Amino acid sequence: MSATATDPRSSGTRAKPKRTIRLSWSDPVFRNIVWQILIVGFVAALVYYLVSNTNRNLADRHIATGFAFLSRNAGIGIGESLIPYDSATSTFAQALLVGLVNTIRVSVIGIVLATVLGTAIGIGRLSKNWLISRLAQLYVEVLRDIPVLLQLLFWYALLQSLPGARQALHFGNVFLSQRGLKFPLLVWNAAYGWAFAAFLVGLLGTIAWNRSAKRRQEEYGIKPRVWPVALALLIGLPVIAWAALGAPLVVDAPALRGFNFLGGGTMTPEFTALLLGLVIYSASYIAEIVRSGIQAIPQGQWEAAGALGLRPGSVLRLVVLPQSLRVIIPPMTSQYLNLAKNSSLAIAIGYPDIVAIANTTLNQTGQAIEGIGIIMAVYLSISVSISLFMNWYNARIALVER
Amino acid sequence: MNQNTTIAKVHPVPATAGATAPGSAPFNQSGSRAHPPIASTGVIGWLRGNLFRGWFSSAVTLALGYFVVKWVVGLVYWALIRAHWTVPISANGQPDPSVCRAATDGACWAIIGEKYRFVLFGLYPYAEQWRPAICVALFIALYCISASRRFWRKELLVVWIATLALIGALMWGGFAGMTFVSQDAWGGLPITLMLATFGLAFAFPLSVLVALGRRSTNLPAVKLLCVLYVELIRGVPLVSLLFMASVMFPLFMPVGLNPDKLLRAQVAFILFAGAYLAEVVRGGLQTLPKGQFEAADALGLSYWRKTSLIVLPQALRLVIPPLVNTFIGFFKDTSLVLIIGIFDLLTAGKAAMADPIWNGFSTEIYLMLAAVYFMFCFAMSRYSSGLEREFNRNRNR
Repeated sequence: MSATATDPRSSGTRAKPKRTIRLSWSDPVFRNIVWQILIVGFVAALVYYLVSNTNRNLADRHIATGFAFLSRNAGIGIGESLIPYDSATSTFAQALLVGLVNTIRVSVIGIVLATVLGTAIGIGRLSKNWLISRLAQLYVEVLRDIPVLLQLLFWYALLQSLPGARQALHFGNVFLSQRGLKFPLLVWNAAYGWAFAAFLVGLLGTIAWNRSAKRRQEEYGIKPRVWPVALALLIGLPVIAWAALGAPLVVDAPALRGFNFLGGGTMTPEFTALLLGLVIYSASYIAEIVRSGIQAIPQGQWEAAGALGLRPGSVLRLVVLPQSLRVIIPPMTSQYLNLAKNSSLAIAIGYPDIVAIANTTLNQTGQAIEGIGIIMAVYLSISVSISLFMNWYNARIALVER
Repeated sequence: MNQNTTIAKVHPVPATAGATAPGSAPFNQSGSRAHPPIASTGVIGWLRGNLFRGWFSSAVTLALGYFVVKWVVGLVYWALIRAHWTVPISANGQPDPSVCRAATDGACWAIIGEKYRFVLFGLYPYAEQWRPAICVALFIALYCISASRRFWRKELLVVWIATLALIGALMWGGFAGMTFVSQDAWGGLPITLMLATFGLAFAFPLSVLVALGRRSTNLPAVKLLCVLYVELIRGVPLVSLLFMASVMFPLFMPVGLNPDKLLRAQVAFILFAGAYLAEVVRGGLQTLPKGQFEAADALGLSYWRKTSLIVLPQALRLVIPPLVNTFIGFFKDTSLVLIIGIFDLLTAGKAAMADPIWNGFSTEIYLMLAAVYFMFCFAMSRYSSGLEREFNRNRNR
């Protein structure tokens, strides 16, 4: 007892040995400081050299640096835009904003679709059905080994070789032609806003009901059914709200006028090709991530869940996937980041994303450094946002250990 | 025991079986007599187990099988039966693809026969194209030698330097009766292989240094620099780095010095690859047990001796499969130089499609390009997964 008390290793109050830095190469602390000064000094000198070269080059070419060009009139024609934009009056800042919105639009839709397709193929690869697993394997092996840019260009060429507007393929009011996919749209009415509000209320109600159902399950062991209530709240409420406001229903269908369509919604060939390429390529990677995530779960989990009487589908949904998520999330995050970064390939097929518009901007204004700075800043913020969100999600589903 | 006898009453069993194993015998013996077993071997058994397992599986098999058969038949019809392999030469000496244009339901492989030299070697002088062809063969030989574990020793470095120098000499020429060909005329597959190989050759040492810097605990300033470099490069798309190479590098250079476009793209590529490879190498450094570092310290080795003799040989061995996978990514990413107008394989293919005589046969060229990229990437991914299996087998033993 006394021996442990006097043992200097276990007493927390032991004084740290005093360190003094000797000015000698044999002192590791001194050595580290010298190394750091040398390396940082070298990098700083390199940066200084490049910056001074740049300044001289800019002065020679009479280019003024700064972001004043952003408020100038852009005059860039942009094919598609979700926010109001007019090439005659809008500024460069607005044009870049359009590009940013377009980048985010294709990235978000692409991430959702690639996740759905990739998960389906990843699960398909593990199917006991030979045909499904072989087809999934073929998909992954072939599409993973072909550059995404090549795939994008291929889809774009394919969409370009579709018949013109007059000979468009049509399924009812949906037209597919060189001009892209034209589909009917509902004409906006205030009632839809109310229906959407009702949907949000229904969503909150569903979440609340689900929580109370879980509480009751923990208390009594029987879980009340969730889906009938969810169905009533999520679909019933909006329909009631819409019907109460007179059930307005005006459809704006695309119609052929001359050589183009008027009215309706449009998915341009550029957007469609980019989305197709990104989704199909990323899905092959996501499928592999999902497959290895599922295979990382020990066979005993399947067997134990089966012994409890769960069906294979339920085993996957309730037991295996929640556990494999922990394995899947980190590589999935980098795959999402890749998809967002690959959306910059839009410039090769003329979809007006942030890179394409920033590139046009820097060609027109000569502000190369600012233009590339904007591109990099945008992607860094997108990367950081995706990383933060996925880290938050990863922390939420992490196994809580004692 | 009671239960056992009731079962025995329902399904009479041979007395011997019941006597030797009273617990289990009644089930397996009697079941096989009442219902013959479902075939689980042979063709029927395989079909039943793998394609028609229950009604849902059968329905999916039939539906998918229908589409697969339809697609394969359509593909064979398009690519083989209705395809045109040659086209006649018209009066003005140019090929005349009007036969292809007339038959829209078949492939026109004649365009490949006409254009493959241009796609593979770009604008390189036609009579001299044996030189880039040899370079491609040299690149492939270099990959094969590096892939074989028998050659993993220091001499490999010499082989790499010698081969890359030989490739440069062959491409430029200007000696031994070979005409000089400037970089502007290079193109096609050699450019793709060059960007990828030189990128790897320079990015790899850089990445090892950066990974070591990022792991160093007692050099916080160096660590910060490495983290900044890796995260900045990984946070932005390669396209933006290539733009930087094409429009900003000229501004960085002193007045009068204007490096070649290909060289600038190559530098951007090295910087890009370095950041990604550094993360892979760091993963290897992290999996190394701490005891290895401590043991090396205990032996009194200096930092560089510890790193080069103990840490790196083990850590790099672990990360070879993920390194190959990363390299596959770079190989595909070289195609992005299309955007800044460097004449690589994909750009050459696009240029071939733009020929007005052959307008409208882009699918055939795209398929050829995809086949070339696929062959390289698929070979590398097979190699990587084989290596991974081998390493795991050693570890499990």
